Parts: sequence; C-alpha cells; structure tokens
Amino acid sequence: MPTNLTRRRVLRGMLGGTTVTVALPFLDCMLNTNGTALAAGRPLPVRFGTWNWGLGMNSQRWVPTKLGPDYDLLPELKYIEAYKSQINVFTGFKAMLDGKPNLPHISGMQAVRAGGVAPSMQNPMDIPTIDVLIGDVTGTDTRFRSLEMTSTGDPKHSYSYRSANGFNPAEVSPVALYARIFGPDFQDPNAADFKPDPAIMLRKSVLTGVTDQRQAFMTQLGAADRTRMDEYFTSVRQLEQQLELQLQKPPPAEACHVMAKPADGPIGTEIGVAMANHKLMAQILAMALACNQTKIFNMVFSDSASSLRMPGEQMIHHLMTHEEPVDKDLGYQPKATYFVERSMEAWALFVATLANIKEGDGTLLDHCLVMAHSDTEYARIHSISGIPVMTAGSAGGRIKTGIHVSAIGEPITRIGLTVQQVMGVPVEKWGQGSMQTSKPVSEIQI
Amino acid sequence: MTSSTFHRAALVLIGAAALAGCGPSEPKTAGVPVGADRLSEGQYRQTIADIFAPDIKLGGHFEPAMRKNGLLAVGESVAAMSPAGFEQYDIMARTIAAQVVDAKHREALIPCKPANEKKPDAACAKQTLTKYARLLWRRPVTDKELEPAETLADTAADAKNDFYSGLAFGLAQLMDSPNFIFRKDVAETDPSDPGKLRLTAYSKAARLSYFLWNTTPDDTLLKAAEAGELDSRSGLDKQVARMAGSPRLQDGVRAFFVDFLNFDRFDSLAKDAAIYPVFSEKVAKDAREQTLRTLVDLLVVEKADYRDIFVSRKTFLTRNLGVVYQVPVAAEKDWEQHEFPVGDPHAGILTQLSFTELHSHPGRSSSTLRGKAVREIILCQPVPSPPANVNFTVVQDTSNPKFKTARERLTAHRTEATCAGCHKIMDPIGLGLENFDGAGQFRNTENGAPIDPSGEIDGIKFADSASLGQAIHDNPAATACVADSLFRYAAGRDFDAGERDWRKWLGEQFKASGYRIPDLMQTIATSDGFFAVKAAKEDAKEAMNAH
Repeated sequence: MPTNLTRRRVLRGMLGGTTVTVALPFLDCMLNTNGTALAAGRPLPVRFGTWNWGLGMNSQRWVPTKLGPDYDLLPELKYIEAYKSQINVFTGFKAMLDGKPNLPHISGMQAVRAGGVAPSMQNPMDIPTIDVLIGDVTGTDTRFRSLEMTSTGDPKHSYSYRSANGFNPAEVSPVALYARIFGPDFQDPNAADFKPDPAIMLRKSVLTGVTDQRQAFMTQLGAADRTRMDEYFTSVRQLEQQLELQLQKPPPAEACHVMAKPADGPIGTEIGVAMANHKLMAQILAMALACNQTKIFNMVFSDSASSLRMPGEQMIHHLMTHEEPVDKDLGYQPKATYFVERSMEAWALFVATLANIKEGDGTLLDHCLVMAHSDTEYARIHSISGIPVMTAGSAGGRIKTGIHVSAIGEPITRIGLTVQQVMGVPVEKWGQGSMQTSKPVSEIQI
Repeated sequence: MTSSTFHRAALVLIGAAALAGCGPSEPKTAGVPVGADRLSEGQYRQTIADIFAPDIKLGGHFEPAMRKNGLLAVGESVAAMSPAGFEQYDIMARTIAAQVVDAKHREALIPCKPANEKKPDAACAKQTLTKYARLLWRRPVTDKELEPAETLADTAADAKNDFYSGLAFGLAQLMDSPNFIFRKDVAETDPSDPGKLRLTAYSKAARLSYFLWNTTPDDTLLKAAEAGELDSRSGLDKQVARMAGSPRLQDGVRAFFVDFLNFDRFDSLAKDAAIYPVFSEKVAKDAREQTLRTLVDLLVVEKADYRDIFVSRKTFLTRNLGVVYQVPVAAEKDWEQHEFPVGDPHAGILTQLSFTELHSHPGRSSSTLRGKAVREIILCQPVPSPPANVNFTVVQDTSNPKFKTARERLTAHRTEATCAGCHKIMDPIGLGLENFDGAGQFRNTENGAPIDPSGEIDGIKFADSASLGQAIHDNPAATACVADSLFRYAAGRDFDAGERDWRKWLGEQFKASGYRIPDLMQTIATSDGFFAVKAAKEDAKEAMNAH
C-alpha cells in the first residue's frame, strides 16, 4: 500500500464503501458538540437574536413610570402585556458621540449594536455588531451561522456587520427563507433513520478544493484585500461546515415540528404586507431555532429610517416623524405613532411565537435571549438619549426577566456588554470612547 | 504670411490636433496596488451566458451590492462576502454546472465524448475542465491548479456511475473559486523597466472586456493576451478598436449608466397604488429600459455629445409608457421611437420616468430628492447629511392655505436657518421638475394651485423642466462628473492622490472629442493610467513572505 495517499485515492476510498464517519476529518468545533457528550441529557442550546424597529417611540406613552419588577404598561407598550414577565425594558441609556455628528438613524444603530460611533452616512458600521461577536463564540455547530430577515422587502435592511464592507444581507421573502432552511438539504433531527447522502460529501470536496486556493489567491494583495478575501474564505468554510454537519445524524430536537410551506404572497413596505410577512418569518425562524438550524438571528421589522407606509398615504413612516404636526390635544404625532404601535404589536407577536413552542421544561423563548431596539428615542428630532431597548427570554435561566431598568445618561453599551457576557463572550469591557464600559446591568444579573 | 496670420494658422492647427485626440500627452501615474473586484450581478450573468449559453439559468440570487462614493463598481472592489452570500454562489455554481452537462446542452458545450457515459473518463474530463477553466478564470490554468477539479470529476463519476454528473462537480468547483467570482489583477515585472511592475496581459484583457463589453474576454482577446499583443501599444490599440467597433460596446455603455444613474434602486421601487394607480412593476421596468435605450441611441448609435442627453426630445416608448406620458403608441408589443415636440415639458433624461419616479416618495413627488439626485448623481457634488434636530412640520401642512404647493412649503423650509444651507442647493433644482408627480406623470396643479416650475442652479435661472435640462447641459460639472465616473467605474476604484494631472488630462481629452462617450471609453482603455500598478505596501510583502 502506498504510504503517500493522493487526494484521489482518499476521495475514492471515502466513497467506495468505508463508513463515512471514519473518513471524515472532524473539526474542533464539531468535537465540542459531538459524541457521547451529546447523548440524552444534552443541554438545550441558548440562542441569541436581535429584533429591530425603526424610529423609536413617544417616551410619555412608552416608558414605564415604575422601575424594577412589575412595571406599568403605557399605551404604546401595552401590547407586550401577556409576556411582560419575560421581557426586560431598558430606558434612559445614552448613545455618546464624543464630538462627532449625530448621523440621523445611523449613529444610534452603531451605538446599540456595535458600541461605537458611526463614521459616516456612507459607512454606517465599521466594527462587528453584537450578533457577530456572539456568533463567533457560540460556534458553528448549527447549519447556519446566523439568519437575517426583514419584513420590509429590501435585503439591504440588515444591521449585522462583520466589518465595514462585510454585512449579512437579509432574506426578504418568507417562501425563500423557508426554502433555504427546510428545503431538500434539511435533515429532520427526529427522523428514525439516518443515511448520509454521498452527494453531500462530493459537494464538500468541491469546497475543500476552493479553500485550498487561499494561499495562492492572496499573493500580491494588499492588507485590506487580504482581509476581505479572508471573509470570503471564511464564508466558504462555513458552508463546508454546514455540509459536514449534514453527514452526521443530528441530535434529536423534541420541539422540532416542521411547518407547512408558506404560500407565495406580496412583499413590500405597505404595513399590512410587512406585518403578514413578519408573522410568517417569525414562525419559520422559531421552527428553525427549535430544529437547531441556527443559534443566531437578526429580524428587522422596519429599517432604521422606517420606510413602512399606509395605503393611500402620501408620506412614509419616516417622513411622518418629521413632517406631521404634533396634535395639540393628543401631544404626539398620531399618524407616526400608529407605526410605533404596530411595531410593538409585531414585537409582542414575535415573542409570543417563541413562547408558544414548548421545549424541555419550558418554552423556546426561555432558551433565547432576544434584544429588541430602535435607532432613535424620539425620531422627530433624532434623539439618541434613551433609545428604547428590551430583552425577551432568560437565556436558559441566566438572567432575571420582567424588570424595568432606567439609567439616565449611562452609556447604552452597558446593555450590549451584559448581553454578550450572558451569552458567554469573554469580554470585560466594551464600547468605544466615552461609551466604553465594564459595568453590566446588575439589575438583571443572577 | 504675416506674423498674425501665421499665429492664427498655428492656433487652428493646434485646435485640430486637440480635436483629433492628439493634445497634450498622457501624464505619467504611479498606479495603485493590484486588487480583486467582485463580478457585479450583470457581469456574472453575461459571463455565464457568453461562456456557456444564453438560456442557462442561474438558480440563485446575489447579495445586494454596495455603493461607494456613488458607484457600485467601486463598492465591488471592497466588498467582502457573507456566508449567506456564498451559499447563493454555490447554488448558482451547481445549478449552472448541472445544465452545462445535461442532455440538452452537452452536445454543444462538452468538447469530447466519454468512452463510456457510465464511467469516469479522465481525458475528456481534463479536456473539458481545461477549456472552461481558461474561460472562467480568464487565463490559462496550470495542471496543479486543475488537478483538484479533475480528481473530483473522476471520483464523482465513479460514485454516481455517470461521467456527466461527475463532470458537473468539477465545473462547479471552477465557479465556486475566487478566481472566477473575483477579478483579481496579477502584476509582473515590466521587462522594459525591471524596477517597475505591469499588469499581466490576461489582467489587462479582463479589465478591457468588463469595461467595454461588461463581460468576460472573448477568445480573440484571450489569444491576443496569449500572444503578448496587449503588451504593445499597437496591439492594445488594435484590440480596443475592435471592441469599440463592436455592437457589444452598447452593453458596456448600458452597464455604466445602470451603475451611474443608480438604476439598482428600481429593485426596491414602490409606489402607493391608491395615489398612483398608473404605476406598476411593468411601467417601472419599461421606464428603466426607456432611458437606457435613449442613452445608447444618442451616445453610441448617433455618437452625440454627452450633454445632449439633458436636452434631447428623442426617446423610445412602449404602450405601457405611452399611458403615463399620455402619448399614443401604435406598436403593440415592441418599442417605438418618439420625439416630443418643441415646447413639450419632456426634454432630456431628467424629465423621463426613470428620474422623476425614482427620485420621489412612494406617495409624493420631492423637489428635495430630485435636486439631491441632480447634485450627487449627475454633477458628482455630494450634499452634506441633514442635521439631526430639524423641524419639517411646516413643509407637510397642506391644509395651510399658504402652503399648497411644494414650492410654497419648501420656501418656508429654506428660510429655516439650520436647513437653508443645504436645501438652497437642492430644492431650486428639483422645483423645475414639479410638473411631474411622484409617479412621473405630468400635472399643471397641486392641491388646486398652479405649479410654477421655474428654478435656479448655480446662479443660472430657468423657467421650466426643458430649460433646467439646458442649464445642466451647460454646467461644466456634468461633463467632469461623467468623465471621472467612467474612469472610476472602469478601474473599480477612486482616483489616487497622485492622479490629479491625469484626471485633468482625461477631462481635456473628453472635451477635445466633443464629449463623445465611446471616444472617452477608448481613451481610458488605451491609456497607461488605466493599467498602471505598483506593489502593495510593505505589510503585504511581509504577509506574502510569511506563507
């Protein structure tokens, strides 16, 4: 037998009758989640996600007046009533700019999600966002590193960035999202029998050959291009890992019950359409989480300068916040506020969708930590002091829930730091400039 | 000959020389380090159609492209790729490969027949993969580079008991490769000046082809690269002349204007159905095509002055568009040439639907958005972002009898100190297009009050949409903007600090040509500046050594 095995020989051997598991090179990340350690008694995974709505709220109608547990619900937040005990509300936290301009609808997003100061309108995020930081630690032992979705119809409406030029675009169609997750490559974790598909191994070999081109391809490139090419090769590697997972029997997931394929429907910014698509996406995502297809997600209900609109109305939501007069009797902009309330209604529905799935001794929501936030506090003046943030779920019992925390003037990065620590990111301090903090939100810590 | 007549004659001669493109010689530039631009969606599509067949379907979708400093082409030079984005490239590679080897296409596309279809055939696999690797990677491929794809094709054929299924895996690998998805430039030592670098002939071929034809190099161009012709002045001129003389130059011109005019925004264009029942996806699609046809006809077919696009009354219409423009169109399915009469408010591309409906709100026209688009897209003059704390309330109060039209509302807006600075440079331009509503339809009144379409740009006053077009036609920023943008589009990057003189020279060449776009493209494609490269900074060298 030759001692120097060629690639051809190894590949032929792998496909020629030997068992798949023997021939497969296991990766470190798979060893962490493979074998007897994953047999019965496997702890349920904790998932992290973000949920975004644009253009804030009216603080006099949204911010609870009572601090701590059992906070009160004002008209714009009343929608979450049924899940109040599982939702924390954070108010008064501030995005600090250190003398840089407040870029409307951008500065607030960068502060909440990345702990930094947005460099320019053209370059809204230049450092990794919290979902990417957490995803890097929670690992890639699921099919998808993360899932991004938006109900606005525009794939650019995503706020998940690895670098200034590396952003994760959003799925815009529930049908396409469903096909991506539950299409032919989906393996039901509860299926009685498991037979690895040899075509999957061949597909993996396609990618291994691509990965092997890395060194040669990097030749002559400057530092910035090498970095972006590394992002490309990381994406190739991610797909290789997906395929590797598909060659093994997935661990059972009792809460996984694949829903029926959604029907084709309209996509767009009209509020009824966006609400319907958001609902479908929430259902598909919840099932993807229950079936262990991903542990990280980002749902954009509306973009940061919300382009949602009502039929027959000249102005989109964003224009309303700037141009609609404040009703003297009501004390707020009624049309713009309609969208705030629809946003909170959608958020409540999203939480309910996770809470309605039984998992282990509790629900899927209990094994999630979802951070919901907006880009502004009061959109009419682009205020970024007191951007509303909420969390839903206890991350598998790692935090307290049902609490209202107010910290007027404190850096908003304290929330992001807390969330990362809860999700296991080894980070002691987080944020840029004045927003750097090492002080988590102790009120919700256990 | 008196001295003065001699001078006059000399001046005429100099003028003639400049018009013929023999003006001042091209300033030297140091060049920039090599890069790797991602193929745009349009380039990817056309490349697959040209290499394989036009009926090949992609089966996946592309990540949204990012615009940098006004151009997607510049964004592609810095774009990374997300895991979800690569997933789609892999789906496309597999979908395309499966069609290339299917019963319908294999006869035409596979250059050999396997000895036995049920078994691997290493020789035929190698022949096929060698052929397509050269086309897909835009250069010859070494045996070592090809070996993994060959092995895969053989092994997969073995496993699947089918030569063609196996071959598809090898082909998919070629298309999943960064060598296909990214146009990576390669530099080599310049034999005429060993202290310097130059682009390899294959890198030059790819640059030329994607710039002039928006697709991959054809066999003739690859052969010219192989023969070293692109390294000589005469060889380069010959190939550029061939490409510029081909009807495919129209594809290159179209692709540039799709990027330059932000036509990717049509992908997410929506209008309120109740306010603008005339709008539909079909109308939007035709509106985009109308402008592209108008541009190609004027700039390539007629070789007109670029500035004419802002005043020309000639265009093309479909029946769908005829409804919106309120012009009878006889052709039932096809496009029909149309010339708006003198005095009609439709003159120039700014009055076409592709501009007026693209730069409006879903339920309302917007002088501000249109003025901003003229500044930023047509004149390359970025408008600063708005201050955070602004009050626009008065602008919207249509119930106020003082503020019925956009002009009245915006006048109030422009007197507000915090807003005035920027709105003064946008709104008076956009007001010239107020006769077109948010869906681009002509109107004389708004909320019952007559519309006054007069305005002003850079001190030039105009009376209506047609004379706004004339003002843009006469604005020197318009020609400077398109010349700069065309180079930045071609090179996939912004100008380097050391290219100031070169940039000025390009503008002069454009002027000397009578502002002819095909001539400007030829000037860029045959210039040294377009191909100039230098080594990346030290950190890159260190990293290379470390491997």
